[in-house]
Amino acid sequence: MTVPAPGLVRPRTRRRLLAAGRPGWSAAVFVAAAVIASPVVAVALGALLQGGLQLPGGVGGMVATTLALTVLVALGTSVLGTGLAWLVSVHEFPGRRVLSWLLVLPLAVPAYILGFVFLSTFDYAGPVQSGLRSVLGEDLGALPVRSLGGATIVLVLTLYPYVYLLVRAALSDLAPTAYDAARTLGASPARAFRTVLLPLARPSLAAGLALVTMEVLTDFATVQYFNVRTVSVGVYLVWKGSFDVASAVSLASLVLLFAVAVLAAERALRGDARYHQRGGRGRGLERRRLIGGQAVAATGACATVAALAFGLPVLRLVTWAASAAAEENPFTDTRFADHLTSSVLVAAIAAATCVVVSVVLAHALRLGGGPWVRAAAQATTFGYAVPGAVVGIGVLALFSAADRLLQALGREDGTGILVTGSVLGILLAYVVRFTAPAYQAVDASFARIPPTVSASALTLGAGPGRLLGRVHLPLARSGVAVALTLVIVDAVKELPLVLLLRPFGFTTLSVWVYELASENFWERAALPALLIVLVAVVPVALTFRNPATRHAR
Amino acid sequence: MMAGVMSTSETATRVATEPALRLRGASKSYAEHDAVRSVDLDIAAGEVLTLIGPSGCGKSTLLRLAAGLERPDAGTVELGGREVAGSRWVPPEKRRVGLVFQDHALFPHLDVATNVAFGLDRLPRAQRGPRVAEVLDLVGLAHVRDRHPHELSGGEQQRVALARALAPCPSLVLLDEPFSSLDENLRAQVRADTLAAIRATGSAAMVVTHDQTEALSLGDRLAVMRDGVVEQVGHPTEVYETPANRFVATFMGDADFLPAHVQRALLTCEIGVVSTVPGWGGSDVHVEVMLRPHEVALRAEASSTAVVERVEYHGAFVLHEVRLASGRTVRSWQQHGVRLEVGTAVDVTVVPGSRPVLLSGDTALTAPPA
Repeated sequence: MTVPAPGLVRPRTRRRLLAAGRPGWSAAVFVAAAVIASPVVAVALGALLQGGLQLPGGVGGMVATTLALTVLVALGTSVLGTGLAWLVSVHEFPGRRVLSWLLVLPLAVPAYILGFVFLSTFDYAGPVQSGLRSVLGEDLGALPVRSLGGATIVLVLTLYPYVYLLVRAALSDLAPTAYDAARTLGASPARAFRTVLLPLARPSLAAGLALVTMEVLTDFATVQYFNVRTVSVGVYLVWKGSFDVASAVSLASLVLLFAVAVLAAERALRGDARYHQRGGRGRGLERRRLIGGQAVAATGACATVAALAFGLPVLRLVTWAASAAAEENPFTDTRFADHLTSSVLVAAIAAATCVVVSVVLAHALRLGGGPWVRAAAQATTFGYAVPGAVVGIGVLALFSAADRLLQALGREDGTGILVTGSVLGILLAYVVRFTAPAYQAVDASFARIPPTVSASALTLGAGPGRLLGRVHLPLARSGVAVALTLVIVDAVKELPLVLLLRPFGFTTLSVWVYELASENFWERAALPALLIVLVAVVPVALTFRNPATRHAR
Repeated sequence: MMAGVMSTSETATRVATEPALRLRGASKSYAEHDAVRSVDLDIAAGEVLTLIGPSGCGKSTLLRLAAGLERPDAGTVELGGREVAGSRWVPPEKRRVGLVFQDHALFPHLDVATNVAFGLDRLPRAQRGPRVAEVLDLVGLAHVRDRHPHELSGGEQQRVALARALAPCPSLVLLDEPFSSLDENLRAQVRADTLAAIRATGSAAMVVTHDQTEALSLGDRLAVMRDGVVEQVGHPTEVYETPANRFVATFMGDADFLPAHVQRALLTCEIGVVSTVPGWGGSDVHVEVMLRPHEVALRAEASSTAVVERVEYHGAFVLHEVRLASGRTVRSWQQHGVRLEVGTAVDVTVVPGSRPVLLSGDTALTAPPA
């Protein structure tokens, strides 16, 4: 289509949606928001109604550990993510283009996979310590690998890409004028970075750090390799140890408090500055060409990080998988097919549900309905920021409430799914967590459909249903495809929610990897782990093609 | 041609006699401002009404109220005698009003024929193809029926959008600045073709525009809006020649205002006697007179105190700006051949036969003030 001359289009009119609204569709938005908010509400209400939190012993230590881990990982990812973003955005050096993409790939290696590869390499029996002992003698002693430090290193290496991506996007959106002005006023590149670029990129850094800390709060699997007991680990152990909803809810509400604090901190750190504009107006900075030692150092630094966080771990997984396959064909193991089927089925159902919810939200918003409907649609996206332990325990608390209700109505067994867990719970938790990325992708597609096109279809006699089927869906299909992909990948990677909610005997690929790795069957864990990494590379490749899709998360 | 869509002959008669659109006390406000304030407006069956006003005056909101894209806060909307907003609410898809947008809003994933057929879903399948061919013929685009919108020029897209809106035989078509996204040299032709197509179907139309020339030449009647209120509705000549107030006078064309005096039915101002004002025999009042450039005559006269201050060449005409002794300025259109140099002393008079508009305050006077 030809694009009207910008001066002639008055944006006020074009952005205005159909304010009339449709009661049925608006109601669907509220229902979706209520379902997605229900686990969090269940935890918050549960904690309040218990009249005092029932906290197990050692909770003080857990809180301190959580604080320490979050702060350390936040510091590490800030330095690594911002530094690398600065290197690739403001400088030119050999291999910069390829490296700037390779540096995103660690997103595809879940922490619970990098974690066991790291342990196997650096633990007492691993090649590094064995090598050191053979050189320095047996009296070296054990290095403290299974520690807070070890967990920090693994989490920083898997999570820094969030900061890297967002800061890089902010830097490439900047108009070069401010930086150039600082340079012509005599500031060194480093000083111009510190005084001009960093403040301008601060909102993005804040958003990236919020994502990182939420991931840290969500994790209770990886940190257990390292004997680090965060509050989330506490939630998991209390639940699996006693199946006591009240205690689990109490601990989960602490995690929720942490999450709220993180969001508040993000607001504060972001300050008055707003999020960077997608697409951006600036054409980015003029890159400074590094030469000689500086160029070698820059290439080396980027390559080292990419190798440590992606290249070497994947290489090690491939070696293990190959040696395991040499002993026995892994595909004859029926568990492989079983667990793969479980993963794919649950992921596919979750993806379909999330996409349907997202399409309903976007379509209902396009039909109008006013500020409350918009607020409800916005509320559905907060699920992504809620740590897994909170979502999981929230789902369990809901089920326990349903049990009590059924018992009160005379059915003694209740739903019977509380202790045994259920796939339904996993699905609900997935919808709560993953509607946000799905909605963002679908919404981005809807945003490209001019409101006038929707209005034209309506005045031509198409009701909301036909408008959806004939106009909105065909035009938003790329967003739907992206949303399906994102949710399937997130669901296949997901570990904590499945660990917490799975029914007895239900094992996904991620759980299988975790179980094998926990028992040091590293060679056998390698093939399913590689499969997960392979699946997870897909959205990273999407990110590379269309940076906007993932940044917004 | 319309028989295929009209359900009964009764509907057809009612549509023909009742106004295509009737707004009574229609109001709509947004958080920030009142977009439309208690507007009364009728569009007769088959009539073309142009709606003009500065940007943000509420003209697009008025159109959206008629289409059902907005719900009025107060007042009623009727289409062909049927109430669609007020005590009841009829959503846009049940109103069957044609709508053409500035950005044309074609469905990019459908070809031209499918775009045009989109509103024909209630027509028996066998009749859809012929109807599509008919309206595409009407806009002269039968040859592009299998193309997709992105393969068309802006003018062609505009005509497809019109054909799509006209296909279901709506009794009212609404056009929101339909020509402003087109190139200047294309606009006049597309405008004439559009009007001819609408006339051929017999639909009533409301055309929203912010272009004065377009507003004056396009419609049967013209409505001027400001700040959510319709300031004047009438035939274009009426609005241009006898504006209701100072805003309409200046918005619809160049106008200069001079203090004037009416005594014994004679209107005089700084440039002398302007005209007689029949019926004002008993008056002795101070007013203002509005002079449009085409009403002002100039003649070089060395003894005059008025001096040409600026000359603007417009091709067929030359605009002269003259500073009078009082320091006020008036403008005058002169024929192509007339070029008075800047600094020339000129005698300023009113073209014989002119009946300039008089104002008191901001309101035009139609009778002597009491």
